[in-house]
Amino acid sequence: MNILVCVKRVPAPGAKINVTEDGLSVDSAHLGFTTSPHEECALEEAVQISERDGGEVTVLTLGPVEAEEQLRYGASVGAHHIILVPTDGSAWDPQRTAAALTTAIEQAEQANGQPFDLILFGNESADSGGFQVGVRVALKLGRPSVNAIKGIDPGDGSVIARREIDGGFEVYEVPTPAVLGIKEGINLPRYPTMKGRLASKKATLETAEIAAEPGGQALIRLHRPPEQASTTEILGTDETAAVRIVDILEEIGVLA
Amino acid sequence: MSLLVVLEHDRGKWVEANDEALTAARKLASDMGVELHAALVGVGARDLVSQAATGGAAVVHLCEHEVLTDYGPDAVGETVAQLVASINPSAITAVGTSRGNEVLAQLAARADLPFVANCMTVAPSDGPWSMTRVQWGGSLLEDATLDAPTKVLSFGHHSVVAEVADAPGAGEVREFAPALDPAMAATIVRDRDVQTAGVTLSTAPVVISGGRGVGSAEGFDQLEELAELLGGRVGCSRAVTNLGWRNHTDQVGQTGTRIAPEIYIATGISGAIQHWVGAMASKRILAINTDAEANMVTKADYAVIADLHKVVPAITAEIRRRQG
Ligand SMILES: Cc1cc2nc3c(=O)[nH]c(=O)nc-3n(C[C@H](O)[C@H](O)[C@H](O)COP(=O)(O)OP(=O)(O)OC[C@H]3O[C@@H](n4cnc5c(N)ncnc54)[C@H](O)[C@@H]3O)c2cc1C
Repeated sequence: MNILVCVKRVPAPGAKINVTEDGLSVDSAHLGFTTSPHEECALEEAVQISERDGGEVTVLTLGPVEAEEQLRYGASVGAHHIILVPTDGSAWDPQRTAAALTTAIEQAEQANGQPFDLILFGNESADSGGFQVGVRVALKLGRPSVNAIKGIDPGDGSVIARREIDGGFEVYEVPTPAVLGIKEGINLPRYPTMKGRLASKKATLETAEIAAEPGGQALIRLHRPPEQASTTEILGTDETAAVRIVDILEEIGVLA
Repeated sequence: MSLLVVLEHDRGKWVEANDEALTAARKLASDMGVELHAALVGVGARDLVSQAATGGAAVVHLCEHEVLTDYGPDAVGETVAQLVASINPSAITAVGTSRGNEVLAQLAARADLPFVANCMTVAPSDGPWSMTRVQWGGSLLEDATLDAPTKVLSFGHHSVVAEVADAPGAGEVREFAPALDPAMAATIVRDRDVQTAGVTLSTAPVVISGGRGVGSAEGFDQLEELAELLGGRVGCSRAVTNLGWRNHTDQVGQTGTRIAPEIYIATGISGAIQHWVGAMASKRILAINTDAEANMVTKADYAVIADLHKVVPAITAEIRRRQG
């Protein structure tokens, strides 16, 4: 089974997210970058399937040239091929992103002479959270898609996909080639080994320059939600604070 | 002219998110000065017409087809796309649950329209609309514009407080039979695997979480013991999930579970913004941390600046002492 995983490079903020002066992006001056968590799990799932059942894993990202870092990371944890669709670094809207990704996927499939059996997306990107790029790509390619997947069991000509619902799972049997939106928790992503890191330096980066028209959604300004004003009551600096804590638990009625 | 709200159901069972959807849609329809229509799709939908009317729908489009035996993103998405092509509403909305966002994404892709997910407020106008939407799971907000002949947008789940309609809508039922390719049955739910959960993380009255500061998987035993005494559930941070100490089902935060307990006890957790957005709906927060400057501490209602390995067993002992 050959699997394509589409990932997004996002900043990794800590206690606060700061916005640049023009309001158009997260101020990442002092931040590291990472792969959006759902996609990190999608990649791990693809690598596990390829290790078990054979086939190759390709990681593709649309983003600034610096996103090569996330592609190399993908190679260090087991991806066989890495493809970058470079942007100028500005945030692309979902329609534009989906159009460019579709073209890139069509080109890769043409070069391979066959479609990817599975294309995995994160259920939503960690930053802009548009909840739609995977679905748009699936429809442009004429393939079925299901989101919120937390379990994949590959079969012959189809996959069993488990979707998380309140208190359990829905089970789908999706014919391949197909597109799935993956959620964190489907697995525990591995850390790269030293050998993986070395191999990733040698992985060949393919670049696909693709132009696409902006869609109808435009970003005007990012801002932080109003903070809830809070004062913290310090109950103590050692275990004797337990008495006050249990008083509070009694007061609010959670202690019978 | 109309606003179409796409409602959800679980094999004929009304879902709570519909009350939010109708609350947001009533206001939007009134701001737009148009009639509110609702779409109900698939087996069991017929039983919910009166609830949609009670929620203010003037017209309920009942969409049935033999392929629609249960939820399926392609089949439901195509059904809504055909309904939209037939009745031509000015805008289509839903609540941004997994299904709500998925169906609107399907609709938007099929109709080649933009789709703005998880809005908090929406200002309709004759030109492009303005909205404020959620980024980073709620840690950041985005002012955006939507320029399209037909507007497609969802409201963020839990960003609207459900209210009862002042007056019910007429609830006139219009049947709509989509033309669906039987191949769409491929992505209809085949089966369900329901787990008996008891109190879940999202409904527990008390949640006691541990972060990296807990130090090991075994370190969570003391949190389990306390949670049991309080009838609560144990949660954790992503650092803990990544270390393999706890299952992801216990993770609180942007990519985990959103909780809203009476009290949240966060031990050994620094309070990164992605953790905080999952915990901020808690009624009260108690942070136990060795670092007085930790974000979790400065944002909490109560804090103890000490080693959790001493404080947590002391709480358990104090409860046992009082219970005799
Ligand atoms: C896109 C994205 C999504 C994310 N989603 C989530 C999410 O859903 N949920 C989530 O939790 N995180 C999420 N994260 C990760 C998040 O940014 C933090 O890395 C994570 O929450 C840190 O976990 P922690 O607080 O346990 O660890 P740390 O930040 O390492 O904090 C450990 C804390 O323990 C305290 N401590 C240490 N020893 C003791 C002791 N003996 N007694 C008391 N206190 C002690 C320290 O003072 C410190 O405050 C996400 C990150 C990204 C980029």
